[in-house]
Amino acid sequence: MGIINAVKLIYDYVTKDERGDVENVTSAIRGVDLDIQAGQFIAILGHNGSGKSTLAKQMNALLVPTGGTLTVKGMDTSDEKNVWNIRQTAGMVFQNPDNQIIGTIVEEDVGFGPENLGVPTKEIWDRVYDSLKRVGMMEYCDHSPNKLSGGQKQRVAIAGTMAMKPECIVLDEPTAMLDPNGRKEVIGTVRELNQKEGVTVILITHYMDEAIQADQVYVMDEGQIVLSGTPREVFSQVGRLKELRLDVPQITELAYELKKEGFPLPDGILTAKELEDALIRCKEQGYHVKAKSGEAKHVDKDRTS
Amino acid sequence: MIRDITIGQYYPANSIIHRLDPRVKLMATVVFIVSVFLIHDLVGFLIATAALGACIWLSKVPVRYMLKGLKVIFIILIFTVLLNMMFTPGREIFRFYFIRVTWEGVILAGKTTMRLVYLIVGSTIMTLTTTPNHLTDGLEKALSPLKKLRFPVHELSMTMSIALRFIPILLEETDKIMKAQQARCADFESGNLIHRVKNLIPVLVPLFISAIRRANDLAMAMEARCYHGGAGRTKMKPLIYNRRDKIGYAVVIAYLILWIVLICVF
Ligand SMILES: Nc1ncnc2c1ncn2[C@@H]1O[C@H](COP(=O)(O)OP(=O)(O)OP(=O)(O)O)[C@@H](O)[C@H]1O
Ligand SMILES: [Mg+2]
Repeated sequence: MGIINAVKLIYDYVTKDERGDVENVTSAIRGVDLDIQAGQFIAILGHNGSGKSTLAKQMNALLVPTGGTLTVKGMDTSDEKNVWNIRQTAGMVFQNPDNQIIGTIVEEDVGFGPENLGVPTKEIWDRVYDSLKRVGMMEYCDHSPNKLSGGQKQRVAIAGTMAMKPECIVLDEPTAMLDPNGRKEVIGTVRELNQKEGVTVILITHYMDEAIQADQVYVMDEGQIVLSGTPREVFSQVGRLKELRLDVPQITELAYELKKEGFPLPDGILTAKELEDALIRCKEQGYHVKAKSGEAKHVDKDRTS
Repeated sequence: MIRDITIGQYYPANSIIHRLDPRVKLMATVVFIVSVFLIHDLVGFLIATAALGACIWLSKVPVRYMLKGLKVIFIILIFTVLLNMMFTPGREIFRFYFIRVTWEGVILAGKTTMRLVYLIVGSTIMTLTTTPNHLTDGLEKALSPLKKLRFPVHELSMTMSIALRFIPILLEETDKIMKAQQARCADFESGNLIHRVKNLIPVLVPLFISAIRRANDLAMAMEARCYHGGAGRTKMKPLIYNRRDKIGYAVVIAYLILWIVLICVF
């Protein structure tokens, strides 16, 4: 059993009116089975409202299952007494950088988690400096968070969870409100934590380019996991992804279109380099580039260089 | 940019007053304010002036920063001076139609003005030399005996420090919303008072909604980081008294005793 394990997980949002009668029930998660091994980099994709955030909040015991079970490192999230241990084991980073920073100074914000855990003062400082170094924000330790860029704020938020020494970090669309540079910063930081420190990462995202780097991709729709596998396996099913109202990475899309034009390309091309190699092989096999697809190839060349 | 404003009015400098524990400064401020109300003769006035002067000098904050606080109460000052001078009965200095200015009035006006000025300057010294964080920490610690009476001390100070963090963000947001409404021809500058207040409603509604959403998000983020109230919490920057603070307390107590003696003797 992996670090996060879900069996037949179900979650319903219940809205009640003033008298406490049930007014409306939204089934956000409808039977999810999931097993995430420690040390992996997982990406979760899905259209708006497919239940990704709801699933993420379950992993942090911010929500507890309506049905089925979810365990974090063997601890059942529905058990009240595990709550603090679970939240310490699985840290969480949210979408809006402004709304998750609590301290008025960067270092104080990073220290917030350890303070809550009752860590002794001296160790709090060690952890704060250590986490800030790991996300590359050490030089900003005495700045006000209000003066940082979005990407920097998200890195502070990541440091804030790292200071609690979690084994797993769940990031709910951490790059959705950032510019391309900020996105790169944040994803780079997360990948480094995954590779160097062996932290399990669960990244929820709308950006396919971020999902390519994952070990495993899950695609959600209507509260269920409808596709899973390595990025190559998942992105080779371009038609199915489009059905689910999802984009595919630009290069994969290009390869898909070229294939429709008759080029014998393999499925699941993810990077520009792969596409270039495949196209060279086509050429050697004697495929001639017609004017129309030649245009497409020209675009591709520009991107590689 | 609005985000650059600092709440409170901390003036960074490296002085003994800046380094004092906020609890000492809180107590000193309270004692000073009480003493200002006890002033009724020249001796008391001189003592309070000496104390205030010494603090200003020690704090290394330029005097004009101290006086900035007075701007706010300038109108009130003028009013008190005029009212005191005109409506205090006593020996007449001169008369202008129905207005009588008396000796007693002039003295009372002087006293009241002095009290108000000392009050403001005295408390300004504290806010100028203490960061808002330090201040809330100090308040939490100083009020902690009230916890026994079920007074939510920790919650209060947490609320204050969160407010400090979000005030600049909300101000910026207000600015953004107003600009967006102005771009759609909203008018915030003309018309009478009622009209203007009415025009502000389209700004306040989105602002409140956004503030509530932020509060919701923040509560979740705090919970995710294991926040569960003040119990079992350690401090990253605990307040610890050292020698300097003990001397500070000694000075404050000496000042207090001086006043008690003064009142008993005269
Ligand atoms: N607090 C709530 N109360 C009631 N229903 C909710 C609540 N939060 C979410 N839902 C509903 O649950 C479903 C799943 O929502 P969720 O936020 O998990 O989706 P998501 O995949 O994270 O979407 P997005 O990509 O927009 O973030 C949606 O139909 C949504 O309307
Ligand atoms: Mg979401």
